[in-house]
Amino acid sequence: MSNALVDGNLLGIEGMTATEIEEILDLTDIFAEISQRPIPKVPALRGRTIATLFFENSTRTRLSFDTAARRLSADTMTFGAGSSSLSKGESLRDTVEVIEAYGADALIVRHPMAGTAQRIANWTDAVVINAGDGCHEHPTQALLDAYTLRQHCGSLNGLRIALVGDIDHSRVARSNVLAFTALGAKVTLVAPATLLPSSLAGWPVEVSHDLNAVLEQTDVCYLLRLQHERISEGLIPSVREYVNDFGMNEKRANLLPSEAIICHPGPTNRGVEIDAAVAADPRAVILDQVANGVSVRMAVLFLLLGAGRDLIESPTAEGNK
Amino acid sequence: MSTVIHGGTIIDASGQQQADVLIGDDGRIEAVGQNLSGGQHLDAAGCIVSPGFVDLHSHLREPGQEVAETIETGARGGALGGYTALVTMPNTTPTTDCAAVVEQIRTLGKNALCEIVPTAAMTIDRLGQEMAPLGELVDLGIGIFTDDGTGLQDPRLMRRIMEYSTGLSKRLGRPVILAQHCEVEALSKGGYMHEGEWSAKLGIGGQPAEAEELMVSRDIALMRLTGAHMHFQHLSTAGSVELVRVAKAEGLPVTAEATTHHFSLTDAACATFDPVFKVHPPLRTDADVAAVRQGLADGTIDAIATDHAPHTAHDKEHAFDLASPGMLGLETAFSVALEDSGLDLPDILAVMSWKPAVIAGLSDHQGVNVQPGAAANLCVIDPDATWTVSGQAMASRSANTPYEGRTLRGRIRHTIYAGEAVVVDGEAQR
Repeated sequence: MSNALVDGNLLGIEGMTATEIEEILDLTDIFAEISQRPIPKVPALRGRTIATLFFENSTRTRLSFDTAARRLSADTMTFGAGSSSLSKGESLRDTVEVIEAYGADALIVRHPMAGTAQRIANWTDAVVINAGDGCHEHPTQALLDAYTLRQHCGSLNGLRIALVGDIDHSRVARSNVLAFTALGAKVTLVAPATLLPSSLAGWPVEVSHDLNAVLEQTDVCYLLRLQHERISEGLIPSVREYVNDFGMNEKRANLLPSEAIICHPGPTNRGVEIDAAVAADPRAVILDQVANGVSVRMAVLFLLLGAGRDLIESPTAEGNK
Repeated sequence: MSTVIHGGTIIDASGQQQADVLIGDDGRIEAVGQNLSGGQHLDAAGCIVSPGFVDLHSHLREPGQEVAETIETGARGGALGGYTALVTMPNTTPTTDCAAVVEQIRTLGKNALCEIVPTAAMTIDRLGQEMAPLGELVDLGIGIFTDDGTGLQDPRLMRRIMEYSTGLSKRLGRPVILAQHCEVEALSKGGYMHEGEWSAKLGIGGQPAEAEELMVSRDIALMRLTGAHMHFQHLSTAGSVELVRVAKAEGLPVTAEATTHHFSLTDAACATFDPVFKVHPPLRTDADVAAVRQGLADGTIDAIATDHAPHTAHDKEHAFDLASPGMLGLETAFSVALEDSGLDLPDILAVMSWKPAVIAGLSDHQGVNVQPGAAANLCVIDPDATWTVSGQAMASRSANTPYEGRTLRGRIRHTIYAGEAVVVDGEAQR
């Protein structure tokens, strides 16, 4: 797999080096500053068209990319596909060719099935950014999380991070494990056995089924969203039992070191993976994650579509764009 | 017009000899010997002359999905791959579960470039709910029944069909064979590739090996109960191979096949998310590939089959989960076997020709030793020729080969079906 920015796409964290990730985080500082200005807008991508292709509902990620694109002065268009477009009448390739015909320079793709961004990248000359593909990857989430951790903890090197919850069905978990460990963090997956992947061969992580035992040695407690369908699928007995064992409440938050932080990719299930009181704890940085999401996505768009491309492509190739 | 195959080395079940083969106008071998001459001259210098191949597992898509393949194009691909008989699967539209569809397939197969041997479904419409009219179909000469594409989930109905089949053997003149696609759907549901290291990494739902092994195990238990003859299709896991090995040692009347892709490719191929590597049962691990090769080597697995499953480009241009499962196989099977099966050439010919011919009930005229009086169903192989796989260049109406761009050793030079040279120097003659 070659996914990294050198291909001109952002398909996953898989294949990215620590240097490449840090380059994006460094660039994000600039866009975080721009976002603080009274008029948070620069003309970097004027005349460029960015299409969001969302084959799955997502208000937050779409809004975040849309905001990032507008702050860079790009034109945006939106393709929202209901479940009907996932039927076999029109193939994924057919859909992509239609969007490309509208003249998009970049396609931001969210899809409920793994590998779709990579498939689409094979069919188009436009830049492809993976905004979440099934249970596979969500690279901009991992970048914004890494940025947030760097902001609060200085460096990820040696940081002890607990990823808690439904790891198996989480693209956030897969991308975060890759990004956090690439940057030197020690990651522990904390989950009931049924919510872990069937194989963790090659994953540089520790595993625990006991959240209480992990918290005292945790610098970052990262909570994942629990989907209610995991109960109907028979993966866990009940929400009540999950909350008992893995819910972040005040008592558990007190087990964390005082300087630890609590993250969640949103949207949160209050009272399930996180209690309202903990979400209000100053150590919870959930809204920082949201704000940083816009800055990171500005950096990614700039790097892939703007002047940043000069750094990784020859002038001739740029002329072909 | 008579035909002479000149200068080749004959390999069949009886052994090996350097001899020419003279084929008469009646489609039978007239003479085997030195310096024979006849009307049409087929050069076989440096080549192997073998009984033609018999595929136990082809999806030729007709009737119903002619956009992906037809009996004509599938048979042409088969002939180019050295096959002189293709056993076709019943997942047609309508399903091959009654006399009318069997007759239609046979009619369409009459002018094909190899023998078309239909199987029929075990249950009506392959729904796993009601037994198909097995007696009526046996009277038409159907000897293999399968719901291939799905396994028969209900153990009670499977038991009844197995019992019922034993009562039909006399009518058929040989044991009726039930061929099972082993997959317990309660375990495989939501899975689109092998469950393991790669599915976990890629975030694609997995099918555990146990989904296959549980049904192999169930059917072996039911064989003891009923005395039915079973054939296990496309074994893909080390556990399945071992279960069949033990069942054979016990003396149960069981046979098994493996596809070329299950001994040549692994689930790591899915890392590209290209659904050309999506297939049921899924590509498994290195250990499973090794077990399938071992099963072929020690005779646990009786036949190499293709599971030739054409799909249009459109049906593959979806997310991995949604794309249709299946791969082409007929034109690559021999070369892939030569490259990756681990078998010697004579053993490859055995599991591609005379052994499957017996399972298919064709052994009076397919896979027969090359001797005077035998039906002339032969192929001539150049074992040293190399070629590069191109889906577009194949005879199939589809192009979904997982070996695209790979250079393979071993090429079919000529194929003779019922005495007619249907492939000459790698070109289909009609």
